[in-house]
Amino acid sequence: MINASLTELRAALDARKISSVELAQLFLQRIERLNPTINAFITVDPALALANAREADARIARGEAGPLTGIPLAHKDLFCTEGMLTTCGSKMLANFVSPYDAHVVSQLKAAGAVLLGKTNMDEFAMGSSNENSHFGPVANPWDLTRVPGGSSGGSAAAVAARMVPIATGTDTGGSIRQPAAMCGITGIKPTYGAVSRYGMVAYASSLDQGGAFGRSAEDCALLLNGMVGLDEKDSTSFPGPSADESGLPVPSKDLGDLCRDLNKPLTGLRIGLPAEFFGPGMADDVRASIEAALEIYRSLGAQTVEVSLPNAQLAIPAYYVIAPAEASSNLSRFDGVRYGHRAAAYGDLDDMYRKSRAEGFGAEVKRRILVGTYVLSHGYYDAYYLQAQKLRRLIAEDFQRAFTACDVIAGPVSPTTAWGIGEKTADPVQMYLSDIYTIAVNLAGLPGLSHPCGFGNGTLPVGLQLIGDYFSEARLLNTAHRFQQVTDWHVRHPSMAA
Amino acid sequence: MSRNDWEVVIGLEVHAQLTTASKIFSGASTAFGAEPNRQACAVDLALPGVLPVLNRGAVERAIRFGLAIDAKIAPRSVFARKNYFYPDLPKGYQISQFELPVVSGGSITIRVGEGDKAYEKSVQLTRAHLEEDAGKSLHEDFHGMSGIDLNRAGTPLLEIVSEPDMRSSAEAVAYARSLHALVRWIEICDGNMQEGSFRCDANVSVRKPGAPLGTRREIKNLNSFRFLQQAIEYEIQWQIDTLEDGGRIQQATVLFDPESGETRVMRTKEDAHDYRYFPDPDLLPVEISPNWIARVRTEMPELPQSMKRRFIENFGLSAYDATTLTASREIANFYQATVDAAGSELAKPCANWVMGELAGRANKADIDLNAVPITPAQLAGLVRRIGDNTISNNIARKVFEAMWNGEGGDGANAADRIIDAQGLRQVTDSGAIESLIDQVLAANQKSVEEFRAGKEKAFNALVGQAMKASRGQANPTQVNEILKRKLSE
Repeated sequence: MINASLTELRAALDARKISSVELAQLFLQRIERLNPTINAFITVDPALALANAREADARIARGEAGPLTGIPLAHKDLFCTEGMLTTCGSKMLANFVSPYDAHVVSQLKAAGAVLLGKTNMDEFAMGSSNENSHFGPVANPWDLTRVPGGSSGGSAAAVAARMVPIATGTDTGGSIRQPAAMCGITGIKPTYGAVSRYGMVAYASSLDQGGAFGRSAEDCALLLNGMVGLDEKDSTSFPGPSADESGLPVPSKDLGDLCRDLNKPLTGLRIGLPAEFFGPGMADDVRASIEAALEIYRSLGAQTVEVSLPNAQLAIPAYYVIAPAEASSNLSRFDGVRYGHRAAAYGDLDDMYRKSRAEGFGAEVKRRILVGTYVLSHGYYDAYYLQAQKLRRLIAEDFQRAFTACDVIAGPVSPTTAWGIGEKTADPVQMYLSDIYTIAVNLAGLPGLSHPCGFGNGTLPVGLQLIGDYFSEARLLNTAHRFQQVTDWHVRHPSMAA
Repeated sequence: MSRNDWEVVIGLEVHAQLTTASKIFSGASTAFGAEPNRQACAVDLALPGVLPVLNRGAVERAIRFGLAIDAKIAPRSVFARKNYFYPDLPKGYQISQFELPVVSGGSITIRVGEGDKAYEKSVQLTRAHLEEDAGKSLHEDFHGMSGIDLNRAGTPLLEIVSEPDMRSSAEAVAYARSLHALVRWIEICDGNMQEGSFRCDANVSVRKPGAPLGTRREIKNLNSFRFLQQAIEYEIQWQIDTLEDGGRIQQATVLFDPESGETRVMRTKEDAHDYRYFPDPDLLPVEISPNWIARVRTEMPELPQSMKRRFIENFGLSAYDATTLTASREIANFYQATVDAAGSELAKPCANWVMGELAGRANKADIDLNAVPITPAQLAGLVRRIGDNTISNNIARKVFEAMWNGEGGDGANAADRIIDAQGLRQVTDSGAIESLIDQVLAANQKSVEEFRAGKEKAFNALVGQAMKASRGQANPTQVNEILKRKLSE
C-alpha cells in the first residue's frame, strides 16, 4: 500500500478495501518510525490527521469523494495552516501559529486531502540542501549521509521514504525540481501565477511558486489539479480576466484538467536540448543517465533538436540580485513587534530589532538580507537591480526563441547527484552554482518538471528536467507520464520503503 | 537687512485620505474611531504569507483628482515599496509609488488676500501618487512602553506634491485651502483635518531674489491651516535670522510645536533613511485605459473654476462673490439651486442671502450647509418677496428666522405663509403711511424743531420712529419721501 499510486489508493478507498483512517495510520506509523532518522517533518499532528481522515471516510461513504478525498498529504512548512505551527524552518517563527489557512491549504482541505504534518525546509526557502533549517538537516532516504536537496528537502524526502504519498513544495530557484531529482521522485513547478501565493510565506515574490511532489507525473498532476486556479487574494495568480479595461488581451489561461493529456503519444514531440545545459559542468554519471533517458524519448517517437539559451549562464548572478533584493524587503516584517521571535532583553527600539533579528535568523538568511539591502541601496540600484531585471528579460526571450523550434526543453536538473551533508556548507557560492540548470526557469516564470531517469554511480537518483512554455503543464506531465509508462525509475524506492 | 530682502520659497506635500470604504490593499474598513486594532485584518497586520490586492476605487479617485487639475494620467502606473523599520509600519515597508505615479503635472488657481490687494495665482503640481497610510504609535498610558494601533494602516492616501511655487505663508495657506476645497468638491477626501484626513508638509527655504534655491527644511504633519501659517512664518523668520547671523541652513525635517509656536529638528539629511525603493512584485502595474479615464470624466461634477466663471458671466456676480460661492460644493450647489428656483434676475440678492444670512446662521449653529433646516426653494420664495416689494429686507430677516425655526411649512410658499400669518406684508398705501407720519410728527415736536434748526440727524430719528410705529412694515422709501415732503411744507 505504501508504494501504491494515487489512482490505486483512490480505487482502494472507493472500494472500501482500506479506509482513510487506516491509510492515515499507516503513514503516521511510518513517520513515527522514520522521522527520527530522516527529519523530514517539523510538525506531525496525528489527532488532527485522524479527525480529517474520519471526515474523509464519511464523505467517501456519502459518495461525495473527489480525486484527493482521503489521501494523506504533507505541506512544506511555509504554507500557513490555521491552528498548526508554520515555522518556515526558522527560529524566528519557531512558535508561530497562523490564524488563517493559505489558499493552497484551504483548497486541499476542501478537496478532502488528509494533512499529516508540515515538512522541513531550508530556512525561509533559502538553500539547496536543506541544511539551513533551524530544525536540523534532512537526510536523503537513499543515503542517510547525504542531503536531500532543497529548499523543499523535507517534502521530497518524505515522499521518497514513503512517509506520505504526496506533498506540496515551493520553487524559487529550483526548490522543487532539485530535491525531487536528488530523492528520486517527480516534482513540478508550474507557470508563475498558476498556484496562489496567498498564505505561502514569501521569499522572493516574483519567483516563488507553489508546486507538487509525487512519486509519478500522474500523482503530481492529481495533486496540482487541486492547487491551481485563480485566487483573488493574489494579484499575480491566473486565470485573470482575458482582457484588460481597454480590451487588450492579457496573457492568462485556465490550465484545465492536468490529467487530460497524460496518455497522449509523444510522436512528433520536439524536445529541445540547449547546448548550454550539456556543457562541461555536468558530472559524467548525471550525463549518462540523461543521455539514456533522451534515447528512450526518441524511442517513444519524440525527436530531439538543438536549441540555444545564450544568456542562461547569467541566470545565477541575476537571481542572486533579484531574490535577495525581494527577500530583504519581504523579511522586514519579522521584527519582533507583532509575532515571531523577540529578544528576551534589549535596550531601545533599534536594539530590539537588531537583537531579535540577529537571534531569529540563520546565517544564510542574514547573508541574503545583507546582499538584498546592498543591491537596493541608493547609488547601487541601477548597477545591480535594474541590470539584473534586464538580464531576466534576456533570459525569458531566449526561452521564447527556443520554443519556436521545440515543444519542450530537456536537460539535467542538477550538475551532480546528492552531495554529503556538510560537504558544501563552507562555500555558499559552490552551493549557489548547483542551481545552474533550474534558476533560469524561475526568472522566466516558466513551468518545469523533474522526473527520475536513472542512478548515478549506481545508488543515487538522477533527475531529468523538462521545461515547457507558459501554461504548458499538461504537456510536461504528459511527456513525463509517457516516459514513466516504459521505465521503472520512478517506482524504485530506497530500502526503507521495501 | 530686513525680511523684504529675502524671497521665500514654499512647496507643499499634502496627504489626502481617500473616501474608499475599504483599505487600499485589503478589505478592512477605513472608518475612523474604532477600538484599536479592530479594523486591521491579516493583510494590515502583515502576517506571514499575506498579499496586497489593489482597491481600484483608490485609483479611480486619483484619476478624478488628475482630471480636476488638468494633469496627465499615467497609462501605466507602478506601486513601489518604500523600506524602513518602524513599529507602526507592520510590513517594514510602505507600499507607495515612486517612478510612475498615477498623476503628474496639473495646476490649481489660488486667490490670495482680500479686497483691493487680492490677486490670483496658478500653482503648478509636480505629481500625485497613491500610497497606504501607516498605523499609529501611542506613547501614553502604556507605562514606558508604546501601544500600536493598526486601524489606520493601509488607509488609502493621495500624496499631492506641488512645485515650490508659493512665495509667502499666505500663498501656502491659500493653496492648501483651495486644494482642501477641491478634494472635497470632487468627493475623494472628507477633508476632516482633526481626524488627519488632510495633512500638510511644507518645504520652506529662503534666498536672495534671483539667487539659486536655498537649502530647504521640511515641516511635517501640519493638521490645521492656522498651524500651517504659524509654522511657515516661524520657519521663515528662523531661516532669515540664521542666515543673517552668518549661519548656514542644514537640510532637515522639522516638527512644529503649537504650544511654543516653534519648529524643532526631527532629523537631518545625514540620518535620512535610504528607502531602497523598488517595484512591488506582489502587485501588477496598473493599466489606466482611455476608456476608464473617459468614464471617470463623465462622472465628474462641474468644477469650481467653471462654476465661478459662469456665476460671473451669467449672473453678473463680482469675482469676490463668485469665489465665496464656489468655496465649497455645498455652498455652490445651494446657491445654484436657489437661483434656479428664484429666477436668474434675482441672482444677486440670492447671492447676498446665501453668503450672508444663510451662511452666517449656519456658522452660528455650527452646522454644514447641507444640513440647514431651510431648502433652496424656501430661500428663493423669500428672496422673491423682497424682489416684488412684499416685504423689506429687515422684515425678510424676521421671516428667515421664523423659517429657520420650522415655521411656514415646506416648499417655496413657506415665506408667504409666515408673512400672512404674522401680518408682515409691507404697507405701501400712501394714505396710511401719511397718517402714520402725522402722528409721529405730532408726538416728536422736539425732533421736528431740531431738524428745522439744521440738525440732519433728527431726520433719521423721525424715520426710525415712523418705521417703529408701523412695526417695520411701512415701505421705507415711501416713509422717506413723505416725511421729507411734510417737513418742508
